[in-house]
Amino acid sequence: MSVTTEQVEGRVVETLASFGPDASQITRSATFEELDIDSLDLVELAQVVEEEYGVVLKGEDMKELKTVGDAVDLIVERAG
Amino acid sequence: MPELHEGGCALVTGASRGIGAATARALAADGWAVGVNYRSDADGAAGVVDEIASGGGQALALVGDVADPATPDALFEALESQFGRPVLALVNNAGISIDDLTPTMSDDAWNAVIETDLSAAFRLMRRALRPMMRARAGRIVNISSVVGLRANPGQANYAAAKAGLIALTKTTAVEVARRGITINAVAPGWIDTDMTADVSSDLLAQVPARRAGTPEEVAACVSFLASSQAAYVTGAVLSVDGGLAA
Repeated sequence: MSVTTEQVEGRVVETLASFGPDASQITRSATFEELDIDSLDLVELAQVVEEEYGVVLKGEDMKELKTVGDAVDLIVERAG
Repeated sequence: MPELHEGGCALVTGASRGIGAATARALAADGWAVGVNYRSDADGAAGVVDEIASGGGQALALVGDVADPATPDALFEALESQFGRPVLALVNNAGISIDDLTPTMSDDAWNAVIETDLSAAFRLMRRALRPMMRARAGRIVNISSVVGLRANPGQANYAAAKAGLIALTKTTAVEVARRGITINAVAPGWIDTDMTADVSSDLLAQVPARRAGTPEEVAACVSFLASSQAAYVTGAVLSVDGGLAA
């Protein structure tokens, strides 16, 4: 299954927005720290991504992610 | 906010008799659809299910040894498909004891008790938390023991598992607290069940209340902790022991 960056970005922004931050703040360059997205939020994001795109993200993958763009790029790369 | 039991169902492990059976009956009376897990006592579990059904409740008997790492998925999938909603209350009650003094305790006795009484609860919690996190709601109650709080010679394995369950409860409760999920432990003392049938009655003299507790008295505490009213209670250990740990 091939997905576009735009599709993944839309889904990631929607999921992160459900954790609290305003959707307008969730840009590619925004860091999870700025958005007050904690490590358990990222676990939950990984769960959504797994269900949606069949991409399994492990704890060590998530640790490397600093920004929203990092997460989107990793998901697109793995799903491609 | 809808009551938790309207959006989810409950799973009680080791529910064919004793504290587990009483807890399954209490949760069903509160309106929960309940999974009645058992390992070997099929008749006991069927009796609990029948009793719940005749009282107008919903229950499903589920065979499965919690010590088997494949059991959590099997139990959760069976409940989700039977009741059509996620498990929003998990009661980790299944437990065994194999008593011996530490100098003579075998590796098998140690490992079996740690596996069933501690590791199984961890695996069931891990499985339960994913849908609970998505639902922003959930209740987990771990049945610990007074032995996890206070020494009881001859039960080092059981004590280590039950104390471990308290640490597991507290740590995980803090991890998921923001998501509307509460995790608490109940620490029963001497309760009148099959597990305590061969314990010397001399021990009763140590219980300030001077009597054994009943499974229903423990179940009432679990019922409260699983309720919407207990939303602000998390990471707690509720002793139900007639004052034994006080």
